[in-house]
Amino acid sequence: MNGPQQKTGVKALAVEGLWTNNPVFGQVLGICSTLAVTNRVLNTLVMCGALALTLSLSSLTISLLRNWTPRRIRMMVETLVIASYVIVVDIVLQAYWPDMSRSLGPYVGLIITNCIVMGRAEACASANPPGRAFLDGLFNGLGYSFVLLLVAVPRELLGMGTLLGAPMPFFAGPHWDPWVILVMPPGAFFMLGIAVWFFRSRMERS
Amino acid sequence: MLQALTILFSAAITGNIVLTKFLGMCPYLSVSRRIKTAAGLGWAVVFVVTGTAILNWLVYTYVLVPLQLEFLRFILFIIMIAAFVQLVEMVIERYSPVLYQNLGIFLPLITVNCAILGVSLFMVIREYTLAQTVAFGLGSGLGWMLAIVAMAGIREKLKPDRIPKGLQGPGITLIIVGLMALAFIGFTGVLGG
Repeated sequence: MNGPQQKTGVKALAVEGLWTNNPVFGQVLGICSTLAVTNRVLNTLVMCGALALTLSLSSLTISLLRNWTPRRIRMMVETLVIASYVIVVDIVLQAYWPDMSRSLGPYVGLIITNCIVMGRAEACASANPPGRAFLDGLFNGLGYSFVLLLVAVPRELLGMGTLLGAPMPFFAGPHWDPWVILVMPPGAFFMLGIAVWFFRSRMERS
Repeated sequence: MLQALTILFSAAITGNIVLTKFLGMCPYLSVSRRIKTAAGLGWAVVFVVTGTAILNWLVYTYVLVPLQLEFLRFILFIIMIAAFVQLVEMVIERYSPVLYQNLGIFLPLITVNCAILGVSLFMVIREYTLAQTVAFGLGSGLGWMLAIVAMAGIREKLKPDRIPKGLQGPGITLIIVGLMALAFIGFTGVLGG
């Protein structure tokens, strides 16, 4: 992890969050809340958006509060900040997109216990200025989203023959037998396992 | 009674919280290297998940619903879980040092286990009664323990095997989890759903 004094530009932060220090490949942390909705690309997009938003805004807030937060109750304050943003996201979804809110079920609320949000708050936001903390949160959120989209696209395409709910030319036709197993929970584990395998071997080489 | 048993069975096997609901993945992947530690964490989860589900049900039904403050449930549930874990830790430390040595180190880990919060949130969405909540909490906890102990057993046997470098660690574990999920889902239909 970079120290607070180290001067790194936006680009370096982006490379770190998206690739070299990607939260999913490195530790396979924080997949709990989002992996469950990767059988549809649209649900994944909404969920990842909610996570990136919560992650960047809570990092910003925690960073702004860092000099006034007593060390002993730091974790509690961080949890409350994260929970407040999650409540906002949940209420907005319920009001403007009730169908999506229903199909995501309890998983929006579970962003609170997502290890990445808390991990970035502890590792970066509690020791860095607001701008840097915000960007760190944003790029980690994007790095996370791109891995989950890699899991979601094949699951929906091969498993249901659609993409974002629209039937795709070849895969929805009579020549394609849908791979039902990819839509079921084990499919998510297989896809993520393969994705992690691929990226880890690439990283090993470079 | 039969209905509660059905809920318990489906929460533990066919609707297993980690294998089909993807909750509690982080500790599941990181603490499943040895059977003994896995079982210790598993028992702690069984206990805490049942206790917090009951507590959260009571608070939700008798405090939040009458006051129409349901949207505060995320914050309230998290605080209740943290307080419950802290309390249990203190009680165990005072009255049973042996149990504390076995379970104590796992308790702080549990506050951030998404399975605990997940069970409470599912209970609200599915509108369970108190008896159903007890069955659901207990079943989920037992299912989680079963899954992590089985995984630890497999990983212990896997140690001497040669695995491609990129697949070592999380990669191969995820693929094993997938196979295990298939086996658990295979029980669908045994108890009327």
